[in-house]
Amino acid sequence: MRYKTNPIDRTYFADEPAEDFNVIGSVVQRSDALGHVTGRTTFFEDLSPPDLLHVKMHRSTRHHARILGVDLTDALAVPGVVRILTHADIPNNVFTPLKLIGVQPDDEPVLAEGKVRYLGEPICAVVAETEAAAYEGAARVRVDYEELPAVLDVEEALAEGAPIVNEYHGNNYFTYEGHHCRRIRFGDVESAFAAADHVFEWRYQSAPIEHAPTETTGCIVVPQPDGRLRIHSDTQACFFTLDNTALILGTPFNKLRIVGGTVGGGFGGKVDIAVEPVACVAAMLTRQPVKYVYSRYEEMQVSSPRAAERIYIKDAVMADGRITGRKITLYVDAGAYSRHSPYGTTKAAAHLPGPYSIPNVWADCHCVFTNRTPSSAMRGFGVTIGDFALESQMDRIARELSMDPLRLRLINAYRDGDMKAHRKVAEGTALVEVIQKAAEMVGHELPAEYRQMSSMDRASMDREGR
Amino acid sequence: MASQVVNLRVNERSREFLAAPGTSLLSSLRDALGLMAAKRGCAQGSCGTCTVLLDGRPVMSCLVAVETVDGASVRTLEGVARDGELDEVQAAFLEGFATQCGFCTAGMIMSAEALLDRNPDPTREDVVEAISGNVCRCTGYGPIVDAILDAAARRRP
Repeated sequence: MRYKTNPIDRTYFADEPAEDFNVIGSVVQRSDALGHVTGRTTFFEDLSPPDLLHVKMHRSTRHHARILGVDLTDALAVPGVVRILTHADIPNNVFTPLKLIGVQPDDEPVLAEGKVRYLGEPICAVVAETEAAAYEGAARVRVDYEELPAVLDVEEALAEGAPIVNEYHGNNYFTYEGHHCRRIRFGDVESAFAAADHVFEWRYQSAPIEHAPTETTGCIVVPQPDGRLRIHSDTQACFFTLDNTALILGTPFNKLRIVGGTVGGGFGGKVDIAVEPVACVAAMLTRQPVKYVYSRYEEMQVSSPRAAERIYIKDAVMADGRITGRKITLYVDAGAYSRHSPYGTTKAAAHLPGPYSIPNVWADCHCVFTNRTPSSAMRGFGVTIGDFALESQMDRIARELSMDPLRLRLINAYRDGDMKAHRKVAEGTALVEVIQKAAEMVGHELPAEYRQMSSMDRASMDREGR
Repeated sequence: MASQVVNLRVNERSREFLAAPGTSLLSSLRDALGLMAAKRGCAQGSCGTCTVLLDGRPVMSCLVAVETVDGASVRTLEGVARDGELDEVQAAFLEGFATQCGFCTAGMIMSAEALLDRNPDPTREDVVEAISGNVCRCTGYGPIVDAILDAAARRRP
């Protein structure tokens, strides 16, 4: 059987030379597939350098607590345990991965220092000759805690008097250019609500979602004779990982070499610099190769999930289906640390008005710190849950108005040249055509005026009732 | 307890190695014999990416204590291609776009081999049942099922 492709509809590409279509619509073999089907693809853990040491982590058993003391005596006595790393061993212990694009402050310790802010936070790293000894050592570390009140809900975290989760921020929210949230102010929503035939407001909420890659997060670091460290990693972002690791180690970038790109499932979950810094420090201190790989339990329990979100959407809607105003309040649960959530929240803010032209938009998008597992990147993070909310909202509006949900979307769809709420001019829009084509393919009948709408033609829509 | 000598016939070669008590078949294949096709996904028998054939039957090799199968015959993905020629299942996976990240592929192919060995003419339901213990988190099950059915067709005389 040859892989079948559906013939592509070239209507929209009529001006393009036919010979340019030598990839789309044809079969192109994946370059890595032969390795996969023969078992010869090398994933990082398929390496077995001699004298390999293993790292396992002792993790916080509290959501929020001060660390009064750490006792390593019993752990160090386990046969095979070579060394135990604490925050004092990490040259620049506090970091934030997006500092590479200017996001500050540094707000997360590689190994906990003074307190823990989520259940499962790494405290000390046990380096041992066998995986079993490393596990045994990690289990025998004793930490003395003073429990602190934990906050596990985004709106409770923003309430007055809530316990402060992350002192590096001073508040339980990420600050955007002096503002307590990422904001959009476009037109005047309150006037739109006053003039609307209907006002609809609903709340949407999602739980954290774990990527659950089949290959867990991990790396093997091999010290080289020239003093460099070679990092074999399943990171999704080799150079992002290399640069962040070098900053944490306080070494020039060229002291590290990263070998990667073969990832046994990532989905956004392998961009957090979770294992490389500790493994590098362990390799530097022991001068031996070191492996640090998450167990399945750690992957599920402590690797960062997609953020939980809570979204309130309030829309001003006219009887003919035009949406004239949209007010959005979004809470992204970043968990205890920033990681990629400040960026995800910004994406959500730009995205939530949707692929629709709404003349009045107001949005407050909060990136909130709680004592939950830090969330981070996952497949379209910042927009995926927003899409669930806003398309659910569109369907509910259509139902309330007893209107065809496709027609509601066609009436409101953005056209080329429209100014979007975050002040980008819409270009190359195709929502109208995609809906028309989808309707045709499933036999959903649209009246002539809807079939004649075009993304290129704002005027046609105005004539049809805007 | 002392380590013991274990003998296995792996991909039609006799292999002898030392194993500490409780060492899994997966660890033995990877660490003692250097056969890296079978992967550690969960180490608790729930993902299927470590699937190999033990005396012709598919097993999760992370759950098999190797000292309990001394003398057995084992087939891994490394033993499927002959003289560099892909077998029907491998070729069908390759040409049918049944791989994405590739981490589940070794287990999927071994489960497929076991199915086709005992049932050369499976239905779609048979295939789905045969790979029900193999997780593809890229969720590419459609092409995988198609590829296994295609492999069965290629194998028919």
